[in-house]
Amino acid sequence: MSNFWSNWVTFIVVVGILGVTLVLFTQSKAKVNKPGESEDTTGHRWDDDLEEYNNPLPRWWMWMFYLTIAFGIGYLVLYPGLGNFKGMRNWSSVGQYKEEVAQAQAKYEPLYAKYKSMDVKAVAADPQAQEMGKRLFQTYCIQCHGSDARGAKGFPNLTDNDWLWGGSTEAIHTTLVSGRVGQMPPWGAAFGEEKVKDTAHYVMSLSGKKHDADRAARGKETFAAVCVACHGTDGKGNQALGAPNLTDNTWLYGGTEKTIIETITNGRQNQMPAWKDFLGDDKVHVLTAYVWSLSNNPKAQ
Amino acid sequence: MEKIQKLIEEKVGYLIVFTFLTISIAMLVEIVPLMFMKQTTEPIKGVKPYTALQLAGRDIYIREGCYNCHSQMIRPFRAETERYGHYSVAGESVYDHPFQWGSKRTGPDLARVGGRYSDEWHRVHLINPRDVVPESNMPGFPWLARNLADAEIVPAKMEALRKVGVPYTDEQIAGAKAEVEGKSEMDALIAYLQGLGLALKNVR
Repeated sequence: MSNFWSNWVTFIVVVGILGVTLVLFTQSKAKVNKPGESEDTTGHRWDDDLEEYNNPLPRWWMWMFYLTIAFGIGYLVLYPGLGNFKGMRNWSSVGQYKEEVAQAQAKYEPLYAKYKSMDVKAVAADPQAQEMGKRLFQTYCIQCHGSDARGAKGFPNLTDNDWLWGGSTEAIHTTLVSGRVGQMPPWGAAFGEEKVKDTAHYVMSLSGKKHDADRAARGKETFAAVCVACHGTDGKGNQALGAPNLTDNTWLYGGTEKTIIETITNGRQNQMPAWKDFLGDDKVHVLTAYVWSLSNNPKAQ
Repeated sequence: MEKIQKLIEEKVGYLIVFTFLTISIAMLVEIVPLMFMKQTTEPIKGVKPYTALQLAGRDIYIREGCYNCHSQMIRPFRAETERYGHYSVAGESVYDHPFQWGSKRTGPDLARVGGRYSDEWHRVHLINPRDVVPESNMPGFPWLARNLADAEIVPAKMEALRKVGVPYTDEQIAGAKAEVEGKSEMDALIAYLQGLGLALKNVR
């Protein structure tokens, strides 16, 4: 705050306090009349005989007011309120926040440092680290992957052994640190409706679903010409690209004819955000171990 | 003292003047200085005016009453910064007229929701929140995907905002209609949400 505004605030506050004190003081000088004395009135008169007493303020109320003023002055001495004056306690909301964070740092840093020096799989076997990982997961991950980590349509299940980008501890770590962008291009315009349907039937045949054999035979050509680039000749996908395995029964968006046609026609695009900067290495390490443990048994390793 | 009392009680003009003076003291101390402080009038580094599409989305956010359940104000408590990120600062809201800080949280704070989820997540979630978060009690907003955002009115909104200090250029205003044209209300709202709080997103 510039000096002018600091003085402005200080001036109004001080004048305000002095003003109310003065008014209170002058108003509290009136005395209560003894019984029998003539009542003091304000001098106003309505409807011939209607008058208004000019009684003093109730004492209890008056003293409450003085106490309030005293409290206000005490507050302004201890805490910031008078312009740029920081108060004797030198308090600020950010200062209090930093103190709170520093306390938490001192408490948790050694814990995280301990786990940081351990192998991910060893961290996964540690019950306390697992509890920590679970809480991290419930704060940052469940919005997409679900509170049971089983995912939702478009958001992968983390409890099975089918991985888009790899399920090794290193791959999970990379996913958490840098995020992933999954992209299936749209083929509707290039293929046309019939060809899309043919391809869909071939895709269905890969995982042994009920399909139209003629369509699948035609679709196979399209698949061999286009889809193999990411999904591979055998349709088993490619974890380097995040291309899903089409021969199993795990489907990210759904394995019905309708959804597969939708996927081929419009493509799919989704993203796992990068958490490196937000969470920091320590938390990512514990979280990696937790996510890895969801589909592995750490005790057996 | 008696004279002043008589004056105020008997001359209504004086009554009005003194009443105004009394009730404006708090305003003079608490609000007027803020209008001249850099901390509240200058954007922090990285804060830009909303794009035309984001601006359209912001008005949909207000129209649908999102602020009834979502605040946009992370307080300086560790419990909040751990979950949402850096606490909100005044310089982030200088282009918000009016700001959406709020204090009612039925849902989570959205001050730094930008980039937190994918566009696809927002699409699924806005149509039916329970498709991704089964425990959610947020209502669905499926019509947003069906309605087109009103492109005609966006340049006028930008003109109005320029009058209260948002530095939109003539080119931005000229291109506003084309930017919003053909976009659904959903697209606009997601563009708005994905831009929230990015300036301090990864600052711890």
